[in-house]
Amino acid sequence: MNDADRASPRTLELADRLRAAIGAAKVLTDPAQLRTYECDGLEAFRVRPGVVVLAEHRDDVVRTVKLCAEAGIPFVARGSGTGLSGGAVPVADGVLIVLSRLRQIVDVDPDNARMVVEPGVINLWVTREAAPHDQLYAPDPSSQQVCSIGGNVAENSGGAHCLKYGFTVNHVMGAEVVLADGEVVHLGGRAPEHPGLDLLGAFVGSEGTLGVVTEVTVRLLRVPESVQTMLVGFHSVADAAGTVSDIIAAGILPAAIEMMDALAIEAAEAAVQCGYPEGAEAVLVIELDGPQVEVDEQFEHVETLARARHAFETRIAADAEDRALMWKGRKSAFAAVGRISPSYYVQDGVIPRTRLPEILASMSTLADEANLRVANVFHAGDGNLHPLILFDDAVPGAPKAAEDLGFAILDLCIEAGGSITGEHGVGLEKKSKMAGQFTPEDLDTMQLVRCAFDPNGLANPGKLFPTPRLCGERPGVRTADTAPDPALGEVF
Amino acid sequence: MAAVRSSSIAGVTPADVVTPASAGEVADVLRSTTGTVVPVGAGTKTGWAAPPSSCDLLLRTTALDRVVEHVPGDLVVIAEAGVPLATLQAQLAEHNQMLALDPPEPGATLGGIVSANASGPRRLRYGTVRDLLIGVTVVLADGTTARSGGKVVKNVAGYDLGKLYTGAHGALGVLVSTTWRLHPLPAAAGTVTVPVADAAEAGKLADLLVRSTLTPTAAELRWDGAAGELVVLFESIPASVDAQATAAIELLGGGERTHEPPPWFGERPAGGVVLRLAYEPHALPRVLTALPADASGTASAGTGVAYMSVPADTDLASLRAAIAPYDGSAVVLEAADRSVDHWGPVPDSFRLMTRVKDQFDPGRRLSPGRLLGGL
Repeated sequence: MNDADRASPRTLELADRLRAAIGAAKVLTDPAQLRTYECDGLEAFRVRPGVVVLAEHRDDVVRTVKLCAEAGIPFVARGSGTGLSGGAVPVADGVLIVLSRLRQIVDVDPDNARMVVEPGVINLWVTREAAPHDQLYAPDPSSQQVCSIGGNVAENSGGAHCLKYGFTVNHVMGAEVVLADGEVVHLGGRAPEHPGLDLLGAFVGSEGTLGVVTEVTVRLLRVPESVQTMLVGFHSVADAAGTVSDIIAAGILPAAIEMMDALAIEAAEAAVQCGYPEGAEAVLVIELDGPQVEVDEQFEHVETLARARHAFETRIAADAEDRALMWKGRKSAFAAVGRISPSYYVQDGVIPRTRLPEILASMSTLADEANLRVANVFHAGDGNLHPLILFDDAVPGAPKAAEDLGFAILDLCIEAGGSITGEHGVGLEKKSKMAGQFTPEDLDTMQLVRCAFDPNGLANPGKLFPTPRLCGERPGVRTADTAPDPALGEVF
Repeated sequence: MAAVRSSSIAGVTPADVVTPASAGEVADVLRSTTGTVVPVGAGTKTGWAAPPSSCDLLLRTTALDRVVEHVPGDLVVIAEAGVPLATLQAQLAEHNQMLALDPPEPGATLGGIVSANASGPRRLRYGTVRDLLIGVTVVLADGTTARSGGKVVKNVAGYDLGKLYTGAHGALGVLVSTTWRLHPLPAAAGTVTVPVADAAEAGKLADLLVRSTLTPTAAELRWDGAAGELVVLFESIPASVDAQATAAIELLGGGERTHEPPPWFGERPAGGVVLRLAYEPHALPRVLTALPADASGTASAGTGVAYMSVPADTDLASLRAAIAPYDGSAVVLEAADRSVDHWGPVPDSFRLMTRVKDQFDPGRRLSPGRLLGGL
């Protein structure tokens, strides 16, 4: 172990103060222990933090943030660490606040269709707690068995069902937030509206750059009368994509429309034997929910539309088990790709739905040019692409080529009027791409919010924005550093 | 750009009025002046915020009236802030689509609806501005033009400033363009009307509805201070409207099936002091009971929002205190007395709100004094 692995004297001094304030057992500085926290779900980015705080209570977070603020040392909040954009990657020599021990379900309130939870609570637990009351929590990212609500709030997580139900921001009613100076504020609440600015709306999806959430109030929905899932096999990707457009054009709003191409199907079959139609170049998983009579009539309509696009097999899930199997293929697709390739890299971009066939063709051309295989798994109804770029990291230059192809696909998304991220967030990975999607003026305006919440730039610095601006400085003048130098202290 | 005659805003008469016709002209106005500016659309909701502490210039957005882009297959429309909602709806209806917002104010513009965060009965199904607005362009106090969001529904790149501008009454910037998520127009509609004897029954019926698998678009209670009627609106395919209306009559223990909602449906009450109340949805009967005996108006069952007219001499501080346990708030929308406390008490996030305002508008020149706490 060399000196570079050790935290600086300033940070070690902060660690001592943290131990005194919240208890030594919650404060880690041993480099071997810190290693676990070097990266999130995007393993390409690794940074060793100076200190890890395993918070167990709101007050642990408040004390930690206050001590960080006093010392001018940046902090990063982390939930389950499943994010895919490097949003929870620590700052070197900074503090990482781990929230996964804050996992109390504070209040279940079926009468108001609300639940209050701590940020470390796992997404799926919310729906599990709500189920006895015939209620559910709508946002369902593929990682829902392990990802935390706090992380969902930071990333404004989506999932397969956001086509109909929206994202985390549409289901979070209130949040208790520790600001970067340690002040605790309550944004939103249990009521649907509150006088004053909608700071909650700006906070959700801010990727940890505006403060640390310590309690979340979510909205629950009534479990629908009927949920039905259909698996449709196509001989071409274009026909599958065309069917998606036809369904939307017919005025039908399914709960989900997911698409997988041949390579993704092959991987899923190898991993979980999901029984998708043999020989399909593409499958759609279509889920409709609502009153029985609506679901029945709309499914007939969907089937007709699919047949008109030469679907060769349509299968409706006979029961819950059958439905679970259809979804298993889809939800395990990312991990499954690991079975057909030594490594893979997943991107996340959005295009207007009507451009789907054309962009898929362009992606295929780009992949051929790069001599890489791309498996496609995506939320087709939303135009949210998840290309899985397969590569062999034993081949020199392959990881870089995969990353370059991913970024070239993001350029296609930007050119099509879409977005560089539909649900994974910008994080560390894609901050350089923000300048492609937004003008300097757009980005400077977003930073006004950052400066109001966190004028010293201590909350998750170096993420989200391509070129951070020091608060109080004139727009247009930027620093070259990606993170503020803690030695600067007050930056005004 | 055309200068039009002066008109007052919440009782304050501006020294001048401008009606810029493009985002560039809005930016020119803000760069070439230094005084206070109050942006306004059609002016249908100017009473919804506190009167401005100063208004050197009234900036009308009504000449920003172009529908910029509508791609029916993407269910997305981009329209300038001065486009009246009704005009947009008529264009969208040609493609069997709609913007799922139904505030009743006639002539209201998109920008005004966003700035006042106006909604109507269908929020039960579709939500409000914050659930439907996917992109915005604003001109800031210093003339900077900035965009956030985009034209795809699913987009988490950068802060979602559209939500911050929603309900900000122009205090953070002048909205010039808005981008929306659209919905298909429902094929059929039907209503079920049930008499409501008292507040307790209103609560019971609302609970039955929201705990059921029925999917009404709206459930509006007309309230006359002691009793009223509940109108449940179903909009879907014809077979579903029929089945759900029948099921609703059974669930609610009676009710009359009609094709059209009654004339009061979706309208705001008038006279006295008009309030928008928001509270935990299950608290509906307790909120109704906390209102003065001669209150009248409507409440959206299941959402926790009510619009009520109360007598001019109502003690708003006491009413606000009475509904506070239900996370309740009461915002004044209309009052003859301009000195009324529009917003009520400030929350613990107020200092943060002040810092946001000061970042966006350091000179405090946009809609000064109109927001909560005199911001």
